[in-house]
Amino acid sequence: MTVIKKLVTLLRGSTREIGQSLVDANATRIYEQEIIDAKTSISEAKTELTGVMAQEKQSARDIKRIQGDIRRYEDMAVQALDKVNEPLALEVAERVATLEAELAEQTQAHAGYALQVSRLKDLIRAAEGRVREHEREIGIAKTTESVYRATQKISDSMGASGSKLVSARESLERIKKRHEDLADRMAAADELDLELGHRALERKLSDAGIGDNPKVRVAEVMARIRARHDAAAPQALPAPKPNAS
Amino acid sequence: MPATLLQQLRHLDTLTAALMGGVSVQLQPMTGEVPVLQVSIEGREELPIFITCSDAQIICLCYLWTDDEVRPERRAEMMETMLDLSPSVPLSAFGRVGGRFVLVGALSRSARPEDVAHEIAVLSDNALDALDALAEFLR
Repeated sequence: MTVIKKLVTLLRGSTREIGQSLVDANATRIYEQEIIDAKTSISEAKTELTGVMAQEKQSARDIKRIQGDIRRYEDMAVQALDKVNEPLALEVAERVATLEAELAEQTQAHAGYALQVSRLKDLIRAAEGRVREHEREIGIAKTTESVYRATQKISDSMGASGSKLVSARESLERIKKRHEDLADRMAAADELDLELGHRALERKLSDAGIGDNPKVRVAEVMARIRARHDAAAPQALPAPKPNAS
Repeated sequence: MPATLLQQLRHLDTLTAALMGGVSVQLQPMTGEVPVLQVSIEGREELPIFITCSDAQIICLCYLWTDDEVRPERRAEMMETMLDLSPSVPLSAFGRVGGRFVLVGALSRSARPEDVAHEIAVLSDNALDALDALAEFLR
């Protein structure tokens, strides 16, 4: 059964068990051992393949050489016949016959090597597929285990501290509220800055004696009051402290 | 396993913080036999990201809502919407783990902390976005 199918079956049952039962340690060990074995057989097959391919090339060269020899000897046999040397021609023909037997043998060996090469390539492909499949299955199983066990642990810890009793909606409201508060604070800061900036300008203007100047006005009023006071009471009494604000 | 998850993701908090415009990011390992790291992002404390791993993968999870929170009459519609949305959501997919709907993103076990930080930042944005978009299906 493929791992996803197994997972689907498990999901129909209790989710609490998924973390454990999808990958019982035994199955994982078996899979992991299979991966190791498959990888070993791949590396062995690759070494063998290299050897067989070298032999295949060698036999191809041999075939060419023998074919060349056969052509050469046949030419020589023809020359012997031309010179009416029948026994020599026969001797060469025997040589050619031997070479032809050798050629047949080499051709057969070559076909054998070619077959072996394609068989080894199939074997490697199949083993690599098996490794990939097992690694994927173990990957799915272990990821599932991690996710479920982590969730279990997080749930337990939340339950213990009583922290996540807040619903998602409440969480959203809180986060939004915090965002709004921050936005309000920033807006207030902007306003304050504007105001302070405005006041700062007023102050600078008044310091320069431009525009409506409350300090000058207070001084003028004070001088007027003091003049009235001085006129009414010639005795020099200490002036009451003025309240400038 | 060559390095523990925490060793591998040592500077994940700083990297994630930098990616998210300097917010405070906290990395907290949870004790136990399963390696789990909790990533809390300032302003999104309600939606922490959890990182766990198997031999081959690093898995980032954000738990969205539970089965019980779904409006029963709109359940099928929500599922279909999530399935339709899933291919478009960057770097993560919708899923469900033991009655909890999640957004999940997976990386190679040998991923760089920079890549995990990127995943976390995107996952957090996706989660907030998805929660906002799909809240109508929730009680």
